[in-house]
Amino acid sequence: MSTATTTHDQEAFNLKEWIFTTDHKRIGVMYLIGSMAAFAVAGMMALMMRLEQANIGAQFIETGTDYNEWLYFHGAAMILAFLIPGLTGFAANYFLPLMIGAADVAFPRINAFSIWLFYFAIVLALLSVVVPDTPDIMWTGYPPYAVTTEGNTSFYVFTVHLLGFSSILGAVNFLVTVIYMRAPGMGWNQLNIFVWTTLAAFVLQLVFIPVLAAAVTLLLFDKYLGTHFFDPAAGGDVLLYQNLFWFYSHPAVYVIFLPAVGILFEIIATMAKNQIFNYKVCVYGGIGGVVAIGGEVWIHHLYVTGMPDWLRIGMMISTLLISVPVGLIVMSLWGTLWRAAISYNVAMMYSVAMLYLIMVGGLTGIPLAMTSLTVHLSETSFIHAHFHFIMGLFSTYAVFAAVYYWFPKMTGRMADNGWARISFWLNFIGINVTFWPLFIIGPQGMPRRYWNYEMFPQFEAYHEVATVGAFLTAAGVAIMIINWITSAISGPKAPANPWNSRSLEWTHAPNPPGPGNFPEAVTVADDWTPYDYNK
Amino acid sequence: MKLKRFFSVLNGAAMALLFATPAFAAAGDTPDTRADWDELWHEVLVDITVIGVIFIVAAIYMLIRFKATNPEQVGTATRLTTANAIGWALIPAAIFMADDFYLAAKGWTVWDHQRTVPENAMEVKVTGYQWYWEFEYEDGTTTDELKVPVGTPVVLRMTSDDVIHSFGLPYYRLTEDVMPGRITYIWFNPIEEVETLVTCREFCGNSHSEMFTAVEAIAPAEFEKWLAEQG
Ligand SMILES: [Cu+2]
Repeated sequence: MSTATTTHDQEAFNLKEWIFTTDHKRIGVMYLIGSMAAFAVAGMMALMMRLEQANIGAQFIETGTDYNEWLYFHGAAMILAFLIPGLTGFAANYFLPLMIGAADVAFPRINAFSIWLFYFAIVLALLSVVVPDTPDIMWTGYPPYAVTTEGNTSFYVFTVHLLGFSSILGAVNFLVTVIYMRAPGMGWNQLNIFVWTTLAAFVLQLVFIPVLAAAVTLLLFDKYLGTHFFDPAAGGDVLLYQNLFWFYSHPAVYVIFLPAVGILFEIIATMAKNQIFNYKVCVYGGIGGVVAIGGEVWIHHLYVTGMPDWLRIGMMISTLLISVPVGLIVMSLWGTLWRAAISYNVAMMYSVAMLYLIMVGGLTGIPLAMTSLTVHLSETSFIHAHFHFIMGLFSTYAVFAAVYYWFPKMTGRMADNGWARISFWLNFIGINVTFWPLFIIGPQGMPRRYWNYEMFPQFEAYHEVATVGAFLTAAGVAIMIINWITSAISGPKAPANPWNSRSLEWTHAPNPPGPGNFPEAVTVADDWTPYDYNK
Repeated sequence: MKLKRFFSVLNGAAMALLFATPAFAAAGDTPDTRADWDELWHEVLVDITVIGVIFIVAAIYMLIRFKATNPEQVGTATRLTTANAIGWALIPAAIFMADDFYLAAKGWTVWDHQRTVPENAMEVKVTGYQWYWEFEYEDGTTTDELKVPVGTPVVLRMTSDDVIHSFGLPYYRLTEDVMPGRITYIWFNPIEEVETLVTCREFCGNSHSEMFTAVEAIAPAEFEKWLAEQG
């Protein structure tokens, strides 16, 4: 043993310690690594699909099934293995206990079990790509196709089971943590917005995941045990699955959206050195409203399935009304910029981009909320572009922004440099070049999930442009990841509180925090908030 | 008194909307749901563009105007009074809600047109297969492309033989899923001669993106001749 004093971050890397850790920060980092691995593979598939779609006819696939397998993996992995674990795994684990002044989560060993389940799921998902009967059922897994296909649906079902179980354990853990482990003196109206949004996301997970688990389990039974839940020839119903699936999967959009919004609030309030505009309305009206209405709109995913006409109108109204709580959240975001003192770092650049993404992505949801417009827009590239803006890009940018913003916290070093800015501009320009052409050709009839579009030769130029955009994005992301790795190893040392934040993770914990997080127990005053800059 | 009258009218309208299940509309004033869709789409585009521009311009203004001049500077926004906080919740919520209900009402009207099959509609049965479409006319003739006479509304009664497909008719601004064990319908009004197409809009496997065929609206005499030839 060396006699030299070592701080936490200078200890030799020990793989065993990481695998068997119960420290929420290490678990958070492992979630980040696992979800970025899923992101990298799923992103690669997106590039292959864009290359295939660049021109009419088969470019380099042998059969449509090749393309369908990439598309399945891209969707399933991005949503289930990147966005949800990136936000409710990585961000929630690392930052939530620090924000509330807790030494760890309530049940650290259960937390460790959650990350193990997540890694089993990632391995299973990656294995499904190399087996001969790769699943080709889209991330939605609709029967009868998911039952009759030769693709191996069981990989999908078991991956969902593992991730669902992991999320339910995480949900219980974090709800208990926030309720019982807040620093003495910290009232509900003094919580960081990110804590609220994470709480809301976990409430949704807890309520709705069991429904998804039931749906995919019945799929498994139908395919492998000869049951007929979804087989109309034997008295089953194909739409039962879609109802169960979207009963979970629409709220799942908010499981992703809300923590992403939370991260956005943290960065904007800190960089604008301002309090959250209308905090209580944002929390109880905005975030609470999304949780309250989010479960009553799922039929908008079934607008063209012959559902009763009155139901399609009823859920058109409830879907449009989502604009009320989301509008309140937007008012608070915008209001936080009013009379602010804004400084810009890379995290703030991503945050500004997110303000644009939430606008474009949110507003393009309005025509899609309207049944009578969706009967034409359904399953076109318009909807494809819409959900990439609001769910894919908005939330992915939240993960990227979070890594930059808390990079000094996690590594003790800075990653905010010229490369970070170059990679931001490359990928911000890239996403616009990719998705705006799809917004344009969707209403003209371009279907999504098509590798070939010989019936629409007029769209070829748009697809070529979109493919160029995808490669710009990929170049930006690649530079960003290399910059993260090199900065973590040899970036300049960070000051203790580089952004002058008032939030506890910056004011009370070292960079990076050691075991137990805080050198001294944290208590907060009655009038303290994480955002009280103007004092 | 005025208010009472207003509510009785409102109530009457609501009842009419609730119970007027659109079954069969009278012939003669057949709506053009393609034009309906385009009109609604343009209205909604204007609506969301105006909202988007207002918010984005406001954001850009604040992001530039309120840039910090020195690192010690902090924001000077003050805590809202309770009255202001409630106002800043209720007024935006009321505006968003008003827009929602306005759009919902517009959408509902178009929806009624889209779901109300005209009495004189010609019925064609559609069956989806992996990976082709089959059409069956009232006289039992089956074809692999859809031809319809100009001037007669067409209602498609659709089902699938295998997995879920979706009948996407971009020219007529319509889509509806085609499912095993269920029958769905859409109707359209071919008011002029046009050669267009149907594509599959629900993922259905290997050749999903090649599941398309011609849809043509032709002169009635030509249609009769064509149909007779198919038999
Ligand atoms: Cu099909």
